[in-house]
Amino acid sequence: MAELTYAQNLRSGSAAPKKRRKKAELRRIAVGLGFISPWIIGFLAFTFYPMIASFYYSLTTYDAISPPHFVGLANYRHLFMDDSLFRTALYNTMYFVIIGVPVGFVVAFLLASLLNQPMRGRAFFRTVFFLPAITPLVGTAMVWLWIYDPQFGLINSFLAGHGFKAIPWLTSTSMAKPAIIIILTWAQGATILVFLAALQGVPQHLYEAATIDGANTLRRFWHVTIPMCTPSMLFVLVTSLIESFQSFTLPWLLTQGGPDNSTELYGVYLYRNAFVYFKLGYASAMAWLLFLIICGFSILLMKTSARWVYYAE
Amino acid sequence: MVSRTAFSERRFTITGLKITRRVVFYAVLCVLGGLFILPFLWMLSTSLKLDPQVYHVPPSWIPNPIIWRNYPNALTYLPFDKYFFNTMTYCVGVTLGTVISAALVAYGFSRVRWRGRDAIFWVVLATMMLPFQVQMIPLYITFKNLHWLNTYLPLVVPAFFGSSAFSIFLLRQFFRTIPMELSDAARVDGANEMTIFLRIILPLAKPSLAVVALFQFMDGWNDFLGPLIYLNDSNRYPLALGLQQLQTAFNQGTIPQQWPQLMAASTVVMVPVLVIYFFTQRVFVQGIVVSGMKS
Repeated sequence: MAELTYAQNLRSGSAAPKKRRKKAELRRIAVGLGFISPWIIGFLAFTFYPMIASFYYSLTTYDAISPPHFVGLANYRHLFMDDSLFRTALYNTMYFVIIGVPVGFVVAFLLASLLNQPMRGRAFFRTVFFLPAITPLVGTAMVWLWIYDPQFGLINSFLAGHGFKAIPWLTSTSMAKPAIIIILTWAQGATILVFLAALQGVPQHLYEAATIDGANTLRRFWHVTIPMCTPSMLFVLVTSLIESFQSFTLPWLLTQGGPDNSTELYGVYLYRNAFVYFKLGYASAMAWLLFLIICGFSILLMKTSARWVYYAE
Repeated sequence: MVSRTAFSERRFTITGLKITRRVVFYAVLCVLGGLFILPFLWMLSTSLKLDPQVYHVPPSWIPNPIIWRNYPNALTYLPFDKYFFNTMTYCVGVTLGTVISAALVAYGFSRVRWRGRDAIFWVVLATMMLPFQVQMIPLYITFKNLHWLNTYLPLVVPAFFGSSAFSIFLLRQFFRTIPMELSDAARVDGANEMTIFLRIILPLAKPSLAVVALFQFMDGWNDFLGPLIYLNDSNRYPLALGLQQLQTAFNQGTIPQQWPQLMAASTVVMVPVLVIYFFTQRVFVQGIVVSGMKS
């Protein structure tokens, strides 16, 4: 093979090296594609095809038994015009995104800042704050169901024992959402770790310079720490936004969407339509809408990020 | 107590104010840490109690008497041994599949230069944004037609085809830190890419493979939605669904020792994950940090 190309090279002058280079490049492409071929197959079979199929289903009525029946945009029209429960689910989800995400964000950042102070036993406290994050969600749900138990749960039993009124955690429409947000905030360990790493990456000399310039602790925090952490903040915001829009397991296990649909989140309602009512076409329309909403919010965040995210160098 | 601050002059001026500050700092930290650990302690405490004490107002923390048999009772109320076996099947399958496929794919995205590579890698990253709900329904239909429902195939097979974009991303980041000269030297010696992958890159990448394996194992252990969709037969349930099943069973009627048994089962489901975490903390934290930094 090599000899052949050498001979060709001799015969045809300058055209051959180009050809050889091209051949080498083709070979490299083949090798590269070869290595990623498992992903290509998986992507086509388990991501790309389902995407297209679910878009098609979203234009049909389909119950998984008889073949899909094409109805055009009727599912989408129904979602926007007639389905009040869908509107409730959208409202509930926005509540989690607009209140839950920032609460979790701020708490995680403050805890990370606390852990970043010069201290003994940092590894121990880091573990303590991180532990809830790796706990299986089903376990988390069971424990908090018991903690929130209206009569004998840890909190209400404590309150009753000291003469206070009980709080109707998961049993009232006004408290159910905050109660779940508390659990989500408790289980935010991964975010704390990301923030902690960002805080530890802030160069010490910036603080020293700021101190020499007369900045106190608060100003150093505001003008050095926060700007240096904005790239991680963007990452955390985008990922927790995506997660929040999709959340299913915790509300499903704790309240099944109740009481009175107050925790019927987008993911819960979608699951219900798909696998309880078997309205697969309708659920597919919801899924695609969810995808568009998530894309919209992510793009919005990325677009505004130029204004507030600071990239050193 | 002398703290290690970056400002050396402070080390010599430990005033009363400073000591007070330290005390307040540790007090705040301990209170917050206590709040975070409280649910676990409450779970453990309940899991060892007898019914009358469970319903004590205000709550009492130390179980008296200590009822160990809540554990065997809870675990035999439903076939938790089966659930455990199913979970292990799931976790081992997913871990194996992901490690193999993600390593190969990540190699193609980092150690071979070819045209179009980075464009395709963007597609890999983009799939991370896709909500599972979009794929969920067609996947369910496909697996139903393949008669794969009520088996672990829908949960395990995709892992062998690089379904974890996150793992591919993580491994690619690690592979890129290995000097290219190592590969080039091997190529000069006539090694083909597969040999370089198996003999040079994989041995060097063991720590990062461990991170991926760890994450996948944990994800499998914790997964709820996947098994919920694909498994109907309760004999095939993993622990996550089994635990929920136990709660539903208890809810049907007032069964004695309901909360202690549910807490005992929850403890059993949680403990393996926590134990794994304790032994692999460094690796674990590193993995999360890398994923957060390279966004």
